[in-house]
Parts: sequence; C-alpha cells; structure tokens
Amino acid sequence: MKIIIAGAGKVGKTLTKELSADGYEITLIDKNPIVLETISNRYDVITYEGNAATVETLEEAGINETDVFIAATSADEVNVLACMTARALNKDVHVIARVRDPEYVSGLLKLSDHFHLSLVINPEREAAIEIASLLKLPEFNKVEHFSKSRAEIAELRIESTSRIKDIRLADLHKRVQAQVLISAILRDGKIILPDGNTVLKENDRLYITGTDQELHALLNNIGVVKKPVGHVLIAGGSRIAYYLAKSLEESGIRSTIIEQDEETCTMLAGLLPKATIIHGDASDHSVLDSEDLEDYDAFVSLTGIDEINMVSSIMARQKKIPTVVTKLGRGRINALTDLLDLGSVISPKDLVSMHIVRYVRAIQNKQGAALTIHRIAEDRVDASEFRVDETTKHLGIPLKDLHIKKNILINSIARGNLFQIPNGDSTLEKGDIIVILSDETTTIHQINDIFED
Amino acid sequence: MNFKFVLRIISYILLIEAALMVPSVGIALYQQEWNALYGFCVTYAILFLCVGLLFIITKNYQRGHFFAREGLVTTGLTWIVMSAIGCLPFVFSNEIPHFVDAMFEMVSGFTTTGSSILLNVEEMSYSLLFWRSFSHWVGGMGILVFLLAIVSVGGKNGGFTMHIMRAESPGPASGKIVPKMKDTAKITYSIYAALTVIDVLLLIVIGKMPVFDAVCIAFGTAGTGGFGVKADSMASYSHAAINITTVFMLLFSVNFSVYFLILTGKAKEALKDEEFICFISVVFLAIVGLFATALPFYKQYGDCLRDAAFTVGTIISTTGYATTDYNQWPSMAHTIVLLCMFAGACAGSTGGGFKQVRLVILWKTLRRNVHKFLHPSEVRVIEYNNRPMPESIVNNISSYLIVYVFLIMASTFLISVDGFDFETNFSAVMATVNNIGPGLSLVGPVSNFASFSMFSKIILTFDMLAGRLEIMPILILFSKSTWKRAR
Repeated sequence: MKIIIAGAGKVGKTLTKELSADGYEITLIDKNPIVLETISNRYDVITYEGNAATVETLEEAGINETDVFIAATSADEVNVLACMTARALNKDVHVIARVRDPEYVSGLLKLSDHFHLSLVINPEREAAIEIASLLKLPEFNKVEHFSKSRAEIAELRIESTSRIKDIRLADLHKRVQAQVLISAILRDGKIILPDGNTVLKENDRLYITGTDQELHALLNNIGVVKKPVGHVLIAGGSRIAYYLAKSLEESGIRSTIIEQDEETCTMLAGLLPKATIIHGDASDHSVLDSEDLEDYDAFVSLTGIDEINMVSSIMARQKKIPTVVTKLGRGRINALTDLLDLGSVISPKDLVSMHIVRYVRAIQNKQGAALTIHRIAEDRVDASEFRVDETTKHLGIPLKDLHIKKNILINSIARGNLFQIPNGDSTLEKGDIIVILSDETTTIHQINDIFED
Repeated sequence: MNFKFVLRIISYILLIEAALMVPSVGIALYQQEWNALYGFCVTYAILFLCVGLLFIITKNYQRGHFFAREGLVTTGLTWIVMSAIGCLPFVFSNEIPHFVDAMFEMVSGFTTTGSSILLNVEEMSYSLLFWRSFSHWVGGMGILVFLLAIVSVGGKNGGFTMHIMRAESPGPASGKIVPKMKDTAKITYSIYAALTVIDVLLLIVIGKMPVFDAVCIAFGTAGTGGFGVKADSMASYSHAAINITTVFMLLFSVNFSVYFLILTGKAKEALKDEEFICFISVVFLAIVGLFATALPFYKQYGDCLRDAAFTVGTIISTTGYATTDYNQWPSMAHTIVLLCMFAGACAGSTGGGFKQVRLVILWKTLRRNVHKFLHPSEVRVIEYNNRPMPESIVNNISSYLIVYVFLIMASTFLISVDGFDFETNFSAVMATVNNIGPGLSLVGPVSNFASFSMFSKIILTFDMLAGRLEIMPILILFSKSTWKRAR
C-alpha cells in the first residue's frame, strides 16, 4: 500500500518510522531538503522536496497511485489545502489531516464529509484527553483502555514503601486477592516477561492487566489509594492546556494555568472563565511557591520546551505532589526519562502516530484488523486488541496445545460480560475480544499472525 | 564502526559470488576443461572457508549502527574481496598464473573496464572467458545493489541501505525510483536483464553470431565492460552485429531511471532530462567529428560512419570494444577519443567516466561564476531539470573534479617509471580510471596492458576500482580516521 506523508516534523517523522517498519511504501514530502536527507538515510522511504499543497509536487510524488495521504505539516491551513488538492487529484485516496487550531477543529469535524477528510487528527486534543484520563486514575502512571473488551493495562511504579516490593509473583495473588496479570516489567531499561519466580523490585515499572474494578481492588489491597484529584496546576498555557482545562471543567476538577505570555493569558481567561490564569514563568521557583504548589493534587507541565517541563515536574515531585504529568514534545528519551522522576510522560506525537497507524492498518486489512493498538513499556511492547471471528484458526483448542510464536502473550480474553486472564486451559471462541502483547521483533497485523502454523 | 555487520554483508556477497560462478563451472564440465574446473573447485574451497570464518566472527552482529562511513567501507571492501576471490580460478587453473595479473584482469572485469593483460584471449578456456565476461555484467549494475534486490539487508527500518546504494551507484546524487530499496533494486535489475536478453537475441538472430560469443559480447555491452572473446575484439563479426552493439552500448550508458519513466508512461518527462539531452548531443557531435577526421582512411562512407559511430559508442559508454585501430587515425581523432574518455556515460547507468551530469553542472557553475565577476553580489541558484540544485551537490562535484584530476596526475606519474611514452601512460590511466579499457599508443585497441611492470599493474588496478566506485569508497579505506575509534 502506498502512503504519502506531507511534512517531516515530529509527527511526520514518527509516522514515517512506524509505517515504513510496517512495510508500506512511503513517500515523504517536505520543504526542507536537509531534513529529508537525514530521514532517507534512516528509513526506507523516498522523499520529495516541495510544497505538498501544490498540484505539481503531489503529481510528482505520485498521488495518482497513492492509497493514503497524511498531511502533517506545521500549518493547519496547508494541511487542509493539501488534503483537498490530493483528494481532487485522486478520488480514491484516504486523506488524513492534522489540525491543531481549536478555532478550526470543531468546524472541520462537522464538515469533514464535505471536504472528504477521512480523519481529522488533533495531537493537542488527544494529549489532553489522555492526560484527563490519567488524572481520573491518579494512582497509575499510565492507563491504556481497550475499546471493546473491558481490559485495561495500567503502569505502576514500585515505590520504596510499596507493600509488594520484594515479593515473588507466585505469592502475589494471595496478597492482593485481585484477578490481575502482571504482563510485563520494565527494569533498568529492559523488558522482562515475568513468570511465577520473578521477584518485584523497587523502581520496577509494572504493566498490569485487569478490569477497572480489579485494578482498584489491587490498589486497595496494597494500600496505594490516592485521594481523587480536585485541583490541578498546569504549567504553560499551550493548546493542550486549553483542551485539558476544558475537559477537567466538565468533570468538576478545578485548574490553574501559569503562562508566561500576557496575550495568551488574556485569551485563555476569555475561553476558560472558570479556570484561574496566572501570568508568570512556570520554571520560576517563586511563582510556583507563591501559588502554594504543594497544595495541589496534581501538576501537569505543558510548556513548549521539554527541558522546562522536566525540571518543573521534578520540582513538583519533590514537593510531594501525588500526581505529576510531564509532556515531552520530542517523545521519551527512553532510558534517560526512566532515571528521572517525571511521573507520567505524555508525548502528543506518539499518540497521534499510533492513532494514524491504527487507522492505516485498518484500511489495509478491513477484516481482522486490530480494534485498538497501544504501546506500553517505553513503546517497546505493542498491546493490540482483536476480535476473534470464524476466520481465526484453532478455535476451541486449549492454549497449552497451541503453537504460539515466541514473545507473544495472550493477555486477556473477554467473552460477553466475562473477563478472564487466560491460562493453559483457556480457549479462543468466536466473538471473543482478546488483547495480545508482542515485542519489537514481531508485528501482529491479524490474529492469525500469533500462531506458528 | 559496525565491523560485524559490514563483514556480514561481505560474507553474503561472497555467497552470491559462489552462486554466480556456477554457470562457468557448468561450461567447464560441458567443455571438459579440467584445469579450469580444478581452478573453480579450489576457489570454492577457499570461498566457503572465508564465509564460514566470517559467519563465526559475525555471529552476534547488530544492524542498527550503520551510517555513511559504514556504507563506504562496505562498498570498498566488498569490491576488493570480491575481486580477490573472483580472480582465483585464473590463478589455480594456471591460465593467468601470477596473482597480480589475475587480480588486474578480474578487477578489470568487475569494474567493467575491459583492460586486459592477456596476450591472446583465444588461448583461454571457454569457462574462464565466460567468467571474465560475466563479471562485467555483475559489476555493471553493482553487486551490492543485487544483494539489496534479493534480501532485506536492512531489516525493518532499512533506510540505511541508502548509504550502500549511494556508495556503489555512480553519479553525484543517486536516489531511489520507488519508496522501497528492494523494489528499486529489483526494477533496475529487471530493466538491465531485459535489455541484455534482447541484445543477446538480436546478436544471434540478426548479427549471426555464435551463441557463446553473443552471450559474452552482450555481457560486455550491458556492463559497458569490453572483454571480447576474439583476439581482434569485434572486428571480425558481421556489420549487423557491430551496429547492434553500437546501439546497445549507448542504450546501457543512459540513466536507467529514464527507462523507468518511459515504462511508467512518462516518456515526455524522460526525454526532457538535461543529462540525456547533453549525452545525445555529445555523442552526435563526436560521431560527426570522428567521421570527418577518419574519412580519408576509408573508401566508403558507410564503413567510415560505422567505425566512427562504434568508436564513439565504445569510448563514451566506457565499454572498450574495438573494430578498428583508431591509433592510425590523425591526432585530432585521438583528441576526440580522449575527450569522450573524460566525459563518459550518464549517472545511474552501467557506464563509467566523469559522468555527463557532472559536466552539465560544472558548465553551469562556470557560467555562474564568470557572471559573478561582473556582478559580485549576485545570488544565483544553479538549476538542473528545472529544479534548484542544492549548493552542497554543486560543491561536491567541484571537489570530485579535483580528486579525479589528482588521481590521474598521481597515477600517470607513478606508472611513468616503466619508461613508456606520455601518450601511453596518460591514456592508460584515463582508460582505467574511467573504466574504458583500451587507451592510445601502446595500450591502444589492438594492444594490451601486459607490458607494464607489476608495480604499474597494481596502480592501474587501484585506478579501476577507484574509478568504478567514484574514488571515495576506495580512498577512505586508506584514511586513518576511518579505522580510528572515536574516544
């Protein structure tokens, strides 16, 4: 399948990496030849220099034979124009536009049929939604929801005071009395797929599968319940901050935004009448102190500069703020971010890329495509949700008798209202919704990819 | 430096070379050439020993770390190792007993030069003649590109294979024609193979050539190499065969992306390519020039035109076949031949030389710089195919010219120790650096390189490799910073 990506910025680059690794034929368009050069040296793609909203460039890049066109340049207007041009040149192409400006988004979502936009993506809004869901479950660093089954995968860091520190996994169930599965452990930058003899250590990051209730039961039994978030301090009045404050407002959570630019402050104050907008520098101790940082339930750093976000988040952790979320525009710098205590890390470009990758995979195999895909454990493990149907092989055979590929884990099975963590006697039945974990070595496009034969 | 992965690629290349030798072994069996067969067997033993050792050394290789430096080193080493193994059948069969001679012949084969140290090719066994000609075909498009076509060397995020393609493919700015490296390599190889098959068929059916000769000559034409199977190269074949070869030599010196554009229905765009137009014009002018100067030596216009066209084709495509001894022609003809040697074929073809695209851009740079003397603060961008040419590529081409001139001067000086005249030395270097084959005077089309000393042969072998890989991949093997670890 042929895909054109316009714009080699953060999102364009991530998409190039993900989609070319999936084996699609990628053409990348950007105005900057130097950026294109570095990308074509790293990924197996072809590049064109030019403006993606012009007919000449699109024709040269081969829009006529293209299946998906993704506009991810820095300018919303260019993205929409490029999508319309692409669509005018090729009626069969799926067009995906990144639109960030809140003023456009709502209108475009309404008119997306009219403009034939297959998907309108807004990284800032996606990030805000993600952060809001984290703030509603403050105990976990990160929670991945799966749309159809009731499974969730939550990330939990083992603190020095944790009751499950130094416990063998085989003994865990007696302690916690909750039906959960430790699917993966990230320890010192390495992925461990645990078995009963694995011992949990301090600073391990656990990826725990279970339903909402079971996860809460787990938290109760190991005593890490935090009080629900009531008031959030947001550093940086970016677009994400706007979307986040808006969405928190709806769930009755108050927010305070600190922003350096006076004009932005005035604008935000107009858009968010219920929020408190402070004009000041979020990286400045005295500003945070004068706002009584330690009284907040949660701190979210959303400035445009990753370094400032990291520093202010570390500051917030030291003030013992229970829930901290850090936005990193450049994405995680794997091992490095692991060393720092940044709370939960959010990267808008990764969220958007995963959304688009999911969409593209769904176009490719209309049947049997993953319902949702999440990346967990520093993006090293894919968690994909699939529906078992009549084309699935080996229905009704106990898992212990099947030859399942190495480094694949069937994480959960949802059958009707019944949710279970599979064991050797579990079977796959038509209509089940299952979640599969796979590491970097294998890409699972369809359910049948998990079987050796 | 990711040595393990570099060595792993080289071991793959050796396996491919082993497979490529199979047809020659078949011919040795069929013709019952036991010496040649013995040579191939010993070579196979050595080859598999090397591959085995390399596989043990590179057991836990990793793909990730691969950049421009690795690409250049891989390419340079691959070509040296491949030639060193490929020449062993000549040594062990005792047909070219001395290793330096055999290496010269094999490098001449893989680099599609076609310079020979053989006094009489007709004494050679069929299997080794075939291997010699086949090496042209393999070297013409590049063996690493072949590897890229058949396996996914790069794995999932295989973008770094660009570094390999860039190092092996001739021309200042090699790029892909479709997004996937594997598909790009497959397409170019398919066009290459298809054209070769057409050439063979035409030579047999219309040119009335024996099958063995037709296949060998077609390999030499396709790779723009120039090893013949007869002592007089092409002179004794039919006029039709000569004319077919002229056309195909020129076809193989056109950038293969032109054919891809034509195949995908963009013929108009293809024919507007500036390099293509320049190439056609240069060929036309050279033929007219040679025809005019050589005319007094011929009784019939037709004969003169055929030889003039063939000579231009063979030199500018850097093939090196001969139908006539242009040494006999007046010195103006020699000059035209030398100029054609310098210009060479198009980038992205199998031909060698300085490449037409570089000449086009150098010419434009010259015009701009002269204009700049009159308007010192002028800003002007060099356009190529109606697109602004990045200044970095313009600079690269200028520096390539400098390295190229230095290489020729240094080599001419070094081989002058043998005491031959200047025309011989200079044209021998030109003929090897540009991968042509024959030069002028003592290394002209009816003579060969046998009379040079071992030292000169090593220099010329180096020149052939440097010329084929456009100098850098070979040159950096001798640079200290290539092998130094960054601390």
